[in-house]
Amino acid sequence: MNFDFTEEQTLLDNMVTSFVRDNYDWETRCSIVKTEEGWKHENWSQFAELGLLGVPFSEEHGGLGGSPTDLMIVMEQFGKGLVVEPYLPSVILAGGLITNLGSKEQTNEIVPKIISGDRRYVFAYAEHQSRFDLFDVKTSAVKDGDNYVVNGFKSVVFGAGAATHVIIAARTSGDQRSKKGITLFIAETGSQGITLQNYPTIDEYRASEVIIENLILSKDSILGDIDEAYDAIEEEIDKSTIAACAEALGILEVLKDTTTDYCKNRKQFGQPISKNQVIQFRLVDMMMEYEQAKSILYMAITSDLSDPIERRKAVSALKSRMGQAIKFVGENAIQLHGGMGMTEEYMVSHYFKRATMIGVLFGNVDYHMKRFIDLTQSNIEKLEN
Amino acid sequence: MDTAFSKEDLAFQKEVRDFIHNNYPQSLRDSINAKRKNGEDLSREDFTDWHKILGKHNGWSAPSWPKKYGGAEFTPTQKYIFEQECAKAECQYVMPFGVNMVGPVIYTFGNDEQKEKHLPGILSGETFWCQGYSEPGSGSDLASLKTSAVKEGDHYIVNGQKTWTTAANHADWIFCLVRTNPDAPKPQQGISFLLIDMKTPGVTVRPIYLMDGSNEVNETWFDNVKVPEENLIGEENMGWTYAKFLLAHERSGIAGVARSKKAIERIKQIAKSEMSYGEPLIQDPAFQRKIAEAELELKSLEYTELRTLAKDSAGKGPGPESSLLKIKGTDIQQRVTELAMEAVGYYSNPHLGSTLSNEFVGPDYAANLAGSYFNFRKASIYGGSNEIQRGIISKMVLGL
Ligand SMILES: Cc1cc2nc3c(=O)[nH]c(=O)nc-3n(C[C@H](O)[C@H](O)[C@H](O)COP(=O)(O)OP(=O)(O)OC[C@H]3O[C@@H](n4cnc5c(N)ncnc54)[C@H](O)[C@@H]3O)c2cc1C
Repeated sequence: MNFDFTEEQTLLDNMVTSFVRDNYDWETRCSIVKTEEGWKHENWSQFAELGLLGVPFSEEHGGLGGSPTDLMIVMEQFGKGLVVEPYLPSVILAGGLITNLGSKEQTNEIVPKIISGDRRYVFAYAEHQSRFDLFDVKTSAVKDGDNYVVNGFKSVVFGAGAATHVIIAARTSGDQRSKKGITLFIAETGSQGITLQNYPTIDEYRASEVIIENLILSKDSILGDIDEAYDAIEEEIDKSTIAACAEALGILEVLKDTTTDYCKNRKQFGQPISKNQVIQFRLVDMMMEYEQAKSILYMAITSDLSDPIERRKAVSALKSRMGQAIKFVGENAIQLHGGMGMTEEYMVSHYFKRATMIGVLFGNVDYHMKRFIDLTQSNIEKLEN
Repeated sequence: MDTAFSKEDLAFQKEVRDFIHNNYPQSLRDSINAKRKNGEDLSREDFTDWHKILGKHNGWSAPSWPKKYGGAEFTPTQKYIFEQECAKAECQYVMPFGVNMVGPVIYTFGNDEQKEKHLPGILSGETFWCQGYSEPGSGSDLASLKTSAVKEGDHYIVNGQKTWTTAANHADWIFCLVRTNPDAPKPQQGISFLLIDMKTPGVTVRPIYLMDGSNEVNETWFDNVKVPEENLIGEENMGWTYAKFLLAHERSGIAGVARSKKAIERIKQIAKSEMSYGEPLIQDPAFQRKIAEAELELKSLEYTELRTLAKDSAGKGPGPESSLLKIKGTDIQQRVTELAMEAVGYYSNPHLGSTLSNEFVGPDYAANLAGSYFNFRKASIYGGSNEIQRGIISKMVLGL
């Protein structure tokens, strides 16, 4: 039994920690989110220089061959700094899909460019009606000679405005909600037929509506096998969910620590408010929620992610439990700060907002609770069809 | 025990419903909806238009005020009906600072000139009031407030800073708690209740932005502000007593039951349009249960409020039970904003109305729902935080 980081992991942790410390002080971050693009190109170049863009990719392509634990380390520190560059949607999620499904030619071509920072891919999967069901895909790709014509609408695609390429999940056969019949296509975001409607999100990240109208793509732009993308989509979203939870954990740590400090310093009725037992117990509960969230994250990281059933169970256990911790720690962090917690000026509200929106990302508490129940309390075969 | 409406009550209900139907301006509805959709702050007119219409109709802008001061003097049942109908029709609420807060203090403790000067404007909605209690160092511990008022001839000279002042950016007048005797044996004994014209030289208002980007609260600074002594309410150094009266005075509406009911209705509408697992969300058992739980908690609260009102009308005086209404009422308000946000899934993300986005995205009903969840975290903080309210109940009701 060992929950320690390896020597390399400690180095990675130190490196990301110092990046955040040196490049992401609060004022700098606030100025980044107010810019037109909402992220900073120099930071991306620095990620490239530090090797961070290569963490999940194989050494053969110039990456670090990192594990989910390595990604957890990066994301936890990014969470602590509320780093807004689209690392999760592009490097982890889209990068994961490319590694998972790409042909030798595709990975040889694409992965080095992701690692060098020259290209950013994002994955457009959600549609309004799909909610969190990854197989609910209306966007269609119809074969036309050697090409495909894609039409559809993708909702709330994080990081799309910063991306050079978008991976589109489209239906090539089957019903709207069938797992079979989904194919992934890669397109340049500037392609004719793609319109991006970019906007800031409530937690100061960026997302886009992706409107696809008669987008013509050659069959070379297909990622993986025709009709067979679903399993890889689910797997990569699951892995990204773990990474998102690592980010959330970093945020919860800041919320818990900041709130504890604040209560020690804020005086009312002639004494620090932390002298009231109700405040003490609340802070203890926040701390326990944080520890429990950390434990379930470690559970997921150390589970056998190569076994699809184990992976699904672990990820849904993690995401639903993390969602509950986010709500408890986040809401109480605001409450114990009183009016100060409500303000835009003070940083605690920004952490709360980001954590809350991570609670929605890749499925909320209810969604993952149901998935966990279906996997553990009912007939598993039912799910496999 | 009887909670059925009498014939008169039913007639009153119809009267209110018809009045709203015939008089609530469509332009106001449109203006407020457009601002909600675009995440903009409401204007002064948005806050006062409906107030002004009610003010011209039998004192309906002031449901609790005695008739002799121009109020409607509704019975508790009438007040309840009035609130239900206004909420059902989604009328903009009347700002509480004038009508519910300073008004009753003025007609109870003020002199005739003060009543004559201030009550008509409060009633009609011409004068916009705000509340200057909290200071940076004095929130829950309000009695520690430091803003000073020093008597010089027939004036007070006021210095200090108030904060979290809701709508100070719109207000004509502010009612303040100020320290007139720094040497009183107890801090509560050195506080006075002062009305200050916001246009007086030396008053500065600075916006505070909340986490949803809205500017509803402000800092209000006083730099050698000269306030005529006739603006003092009641006696010097008795301000704490008046403030406590004010807190205990206006019970109705504190729980926001009618508005929460309407909010739950709206969530159900949203849940009919949103899909989950390929079916309308309203059919998802987990979500159904959450809605039902909120409804049941609200139903209980509705009857708790009615019990409190009935007791009050029997002349027993409102008690610390109002803390229960505040805690449970704000719990539910927060819960419904959370459920609404949850209902729209990914479409809770877009931040509309920020200077960085110009096009509307997502379904109309999803606009600003996350913003509203974040904004309503305030409800368990303001008006005496829910921790402070629990303290009151434990001390005053349970005798702990
Ligand atoms: C949106 C908004 C609008 C407002 N509008 C107005 C307004 O118009 N006019 C006005 O005067 N004020 C207004 N307020 C101020 C409001 O009344 C104060 O925020 C509130 O009294 C809490 O004070 P504080 O913010 O200083 O928090 P603090 O008093 O510092 O409290 C911080 C935390 O400690 C807890 N706490 C403090 N003391 C104790 C204790 N003894 N036991 C247990 N827990 C304790 C509190 O519950 C809270 O969770 C508004 C506030 C907000 C957020």
